Amino acid sequence: MSAVTDLLQQVVEGLGSGAVYASLALALVLIHRFTGIVNFAQGELAMLSTYVAWQLVASGMPFWLALPVTLAVSFAGGMLVERIVIRPVQGAPELTVVIVTVGLFIFVNALAGLIWSFTVKDFPQPFPDGGLDLAGVRVDWSTLGIIGVVAVVMGVLYLLFQHTSIGLVMRAVACNPASARLSGIWVGRVLMLGWGLAATVGAVSGVLVAPVLFLEPNMMGGVLIYAFAAATLGGFDSPVGAVVGGLFVGVAETLTGAYVGVIGADLKVGVPLVIILAVLLVRPQGLFGRAAVERA
Amino acid sequence: MNTITAALGTDRARRPRAALTVLLAAAAAVGAPFYFAPFQVFQLTMVLLYAVALAGLNLLVGFGGQISLGHGAFFAAGAYTAAVMLDRYDTGHLATLPAAAAGCFLLGLGFGVPALRLRGLYLALVTLSFAVFLPPLLKRLEPVTGGSMGLTVDKLQPPAWSGLAEDQWTYFVVLAVTVVALLLARNLLRSRVGRALLAVRDNESAAEVMGVRLSLHKTLAFAWSAMFAGVAGCLYTWVIGFVSPDSFSFVLSITLLAGLVVGGLASLYGPLLGAAFVMYVPSVSQDVSEAAPGVVFGLLIITVMFVAPTGLAGLPGRVLGAVSRRLPRTTAALDRTPEADSVPETDSVPEADSVPEAEPKSPAGSRPATTLTPADPAVVDAEPVGAPPRTEKE
Amino acid sequence: MRKTTALRAAAAATAALLTATACSSQRGQDDQSTTAGGACKGQQTTGITDKTIKLGGIYPLSGPASAYGTISKGVAAYFKYVNGKGGIDGRKVQFIVRDDGYQPPKAVEEARRLVEQEKVFAVFQTLGTPSTAAVWDYLNKQKVPQPFVATGASAWGTDDKHPWTIGWQPNYVAEARVYAKYLKDKKPKAKVAVLYQNDDFGKDLLGGFKKAVAGSGIKVVAEESYEVTDPSVSAQMASLSRSKADVLLDVTTPKFGSQALAADARNTKWNPLHIVNNVASSAAVLQPVGFKNVQGVVSATYFKDPADPQWAHDPEMKTYMNALHKYAPDADPANQFNAYGWAVASSLHKALDAMKCPTREGLRDAVRNLKDVKVGLLLPDVTLSTGHGDAFPLETMQLMRFKGERWQLFGKPVDTRKEFGPLTK
Repeated sequence: MSAVTDLLQQVVEGLGSGAVYASLALALVLIHRFTGIVNFAQGELAMLSTYVAWQLVASGMPFWLALPVTLAVSFAGGMLVERIVIRPVQGAPELTVVIVTVGLFIFVNALAGLIWSFTVKDFPQPFPDGGLDLAGVRVDWSTLGIIGVVAVVMGVLYLLFQHTSIGLVMRAVACNPASARLSGIWVGRVLMLGWGLAATVGAVSGVLVAPVLFLEPNMMGGVLIYAFAAATLGGFDSPVGAVVGGLFVGVAETLTGAYVGVIGADLKVGVPLVIILAVLLVRPQGLFGRAAVERA
Repeated sequence: MNTITAALGTDRARRPRAALTVLLAAAAAVGAPFYFAPFQVFQLTMVLLYAVALAGLNLLVGFGGQISLGHGAFFAAGAYTAAVMLDRYDTGHLATLPAAAAGCFLLGLGFGVPALRLRGLYLALVTLSFAVFLPPLLKRLEPVTGGSMGLTVDKLQPPAWSGLAEDQWTYFVVLAVTVVALLLARNLLRSRVGRALLAVRDNESAAEVMGVRLSLHKTLAFAWSAMFAGVAGCLYTWVIGFVSPDSFSFVLSITLLAGLVVGGLASLYGPLLGAAFVMYVPSVSQDVSEAAPGVVFGLLIITVMFVAPTGLAGLPGRVLGAVSRRLPRTTAALDRTPEADSVPETDSVPEADSVPEAEPKSPAGSRPATTLTPADPAVVDAEPVGAPPRTEKE
Repeated sequence: MRKTTALRAAAAATAALLTATACSSQRGQDDQSTTAGGACKGQQTTGITDKTIKLGGIYPLSGPASAYGTISKGVAAYFKYVNGKGGIDGRKVQFIVRDDGYQPPKAVEEARRLVEQEKVFAVFQTLGTPSTAAVWDYLNKQKVPQPFVATGASAWGTDDKHPWTIGWQPNYVAEARVYAKYLKDKKPKAKVAVLYQNDDFGKDLLGGFKKAVAGSGIKVVAEESYEVTDPSVSAQMASLSRSKADVLLDVTTPKFGSQALAADARNTKWNPLHIVNNVASSAAVLQPVGFKNVQGVVSATYFKDPADPQWAHDPEMKTYMNALHKYAPDADPANQFNAYGWAVASSLHKALDAMKCPTREGLRDAVRNLKDVKVGLLLPDVTLSTGHGDAFPLETMQLMRFKGERWQLFGKPVDTRKEFGPLTK
């Protein structure tokens, strides 16, 4: 294997992890677009959805039937979470809502451990084993599959944001709920929809990454940090940014971890930090974010 | 801001009462280690120590309006400064405190500069990644930090003349530092710096127009805040006598922020209440459910936020507010203080008392972290009172 | 308004405090420690009577390391089982479990609670190196035994300032020596790639391995670390594969073990001999990867894996299974951590039986003077041994290879003490 193939192989690995980060980052972007908050529990909700899928498969349901059922359950679950957990603090300071999601994070994580224990579960791989061999570079089908699905979700979200009336409505709600309400928007419903959709996207993410990361209650904890990094880099309101940010973070940390001896695998987590800081100092709204125009 | 003037107006009348409160509180604080068992005294010590960190975070988040999810890193920096000094240079405990404070102040200053460009969410997440990055960095610097095994150092030992047990002595030392730190925080807020900070938080542009030097104050807020966290970290080393990189994971940063919000943002008692929450509630959770303490702890955080969306410190005010609204109007009029007393809280509190059941009334004023719109006229009107003069210099 | 409330509260609190201090200070409880008479005169008998013995344990029941919390269930089940049979030498065991969330300050708090408030006889098990290191100074100062801590750091045995603390499981260095010996015998020219967790566990094992192979033809050609907070180790595995090493030493905890095994299986171009360390060797880790993907993987062990069918008819395993069903119905008996808890608790039982005096000092001395003690759930040839200059109860492990659907033990048990000499700092 030549140095170039080595390099390309590392890039592929980076894209693989990047796609994992991007998949959850999409859910973070979605909820931020709808509600204007950062949801710390997003990863844990995704993990919970994945357990639902696992439970269905384990009880004998075929995977391709379990998947839509899981997505539907997640959608309903997300809406329920908004109604029960978030609605009561609506209108409270924003940080209060964020801390509620932190509480939700701890709750869901412990709940999953209580129900399913912390033993690693095997999750069915929706994509075939093995992979492509492109001039000596191995690309697993699962990596390609994750990237493909992430691209599709990104496309759907882009269309949703830019080309539907929902997109406009939720932007109004996220910007200023009071004004939105005054102009006849049913704010509560829009927020519920946002949580439902985000939970669904999260469920897709969980189901995608579970065969690679292995399912256990802390599966999404590590991903969440990187997904935050991805969304921050890309701009918190852009699905395209989330995906580009995720892939970029994945490739950058893998390459520096592998090739820059001083940094090494232990400090590679610092790489996205530096990149993000550098990017944000130039573009405080992230790579693909829109600058918030303020009326002061 | 107008509430501050109100408070100042009645200040004289209150002085004896306030003095008595302080005296009683002091008596309780001093008496506690002679009454409680050593283990409980240790718990109280930890509460005080966390309160210092939270008071620092409060300066930044509550009064400065900048969210930091990286204060665990400053806490760690302070703890490691103390531990390394004790371990390598055998400096004695007292010398580590100014070093940790100064070191973290500078670190915060360094961090405050890029923080100027970032706001709200982005600042929060950049600081979070800093907190994530620190533990592996500490492990890498093994020759100095002891790597992943951490460092074990001497705890505070009571001098012979004191006649106190170890836990009592530690408690008193930490109490002294905490009192100084909390007073410093309070005075900082009452000074020009504090007024400038509030002005910046409430309306950045307006403050700038009035001559507040934004960049200076925001950077300084970060530095002060980091300093408090560093002092708390230093105390931590004194009390626990052991530091290791994995003790300071990003979970600590999130816990600190959660503690602050639960205790009450921009309140002077908030940090103490928040610290008590962080300290005691996990044990309580375990008493409730041994199988899954996390389930209970998560639920308790959510419940507290439901009951007291502005934090525990705001709870009495909210309850009294709710009660007085139900009572005949006259009683409420006599008790003219609830609003005045809630000075340090976020602006929307007085009118948003009924938040849980009501839809948001003032969505803008209550968001210290993100973009602010002048939807709340009171905020803008109040500005001139607290805003510092144009020619302000530090 | 609030000032008034605060005033009243403070006044009430002070009044209550003063009255209480005057009447009965809680500090007085401190003096309730008891000592023995007779031959054991002056030794501490706090927490132990003729009828009872009170033990406390600190485990991560919440937080990132909660996977290990289940050890406490195995321990508790054992004590309940023993109590059902009349207790330890007629003493019923009361076992108090506290949660530290894997945070050292919390561990200190809970240790103090157990010692000062619960008045336990011994703190039986603290879990994890950070938590143990945070409390051992305190416990030794208080002269409270801290037997059989649930971490394999070598510090517990090499240290001479903490006589009240002792480990149990084979330390990570001993485990590394077992693998080193195996390679020296079988692949004396091996090039080794190491994947390790960037903490005391990974560093200790890696360091021990390097030391053990020093001067031989075996070379460590690549090493990559990961943080427990990392989502995956796939990038590290890709880096390691570039080294073309012929052995992969996999020093990971369960989830990352599964990931590394899966990544190794996926990579068809690099097929090193995969040595997975004991922590990640449970069948529960291998099964999700798919048994067909882990054939020929090598590891070492010292206790019987409950998920392994070869022990299904072992009498102690049967006792364990039945007791766990009965006393810890929500715990999964197949989880090796439960079995670990059972094994370590039965080891403590033996040590308590061996006490000359039923005192804290008695236990301290007993755990440091174990002579080939057999414990049911340990492998047949593995025994507990300590003595002067040897504070490592378990130092023998046996190699095993995965074949079909289970581990197969092979070779003779490796007594690392004999092979490599005693472990020093």
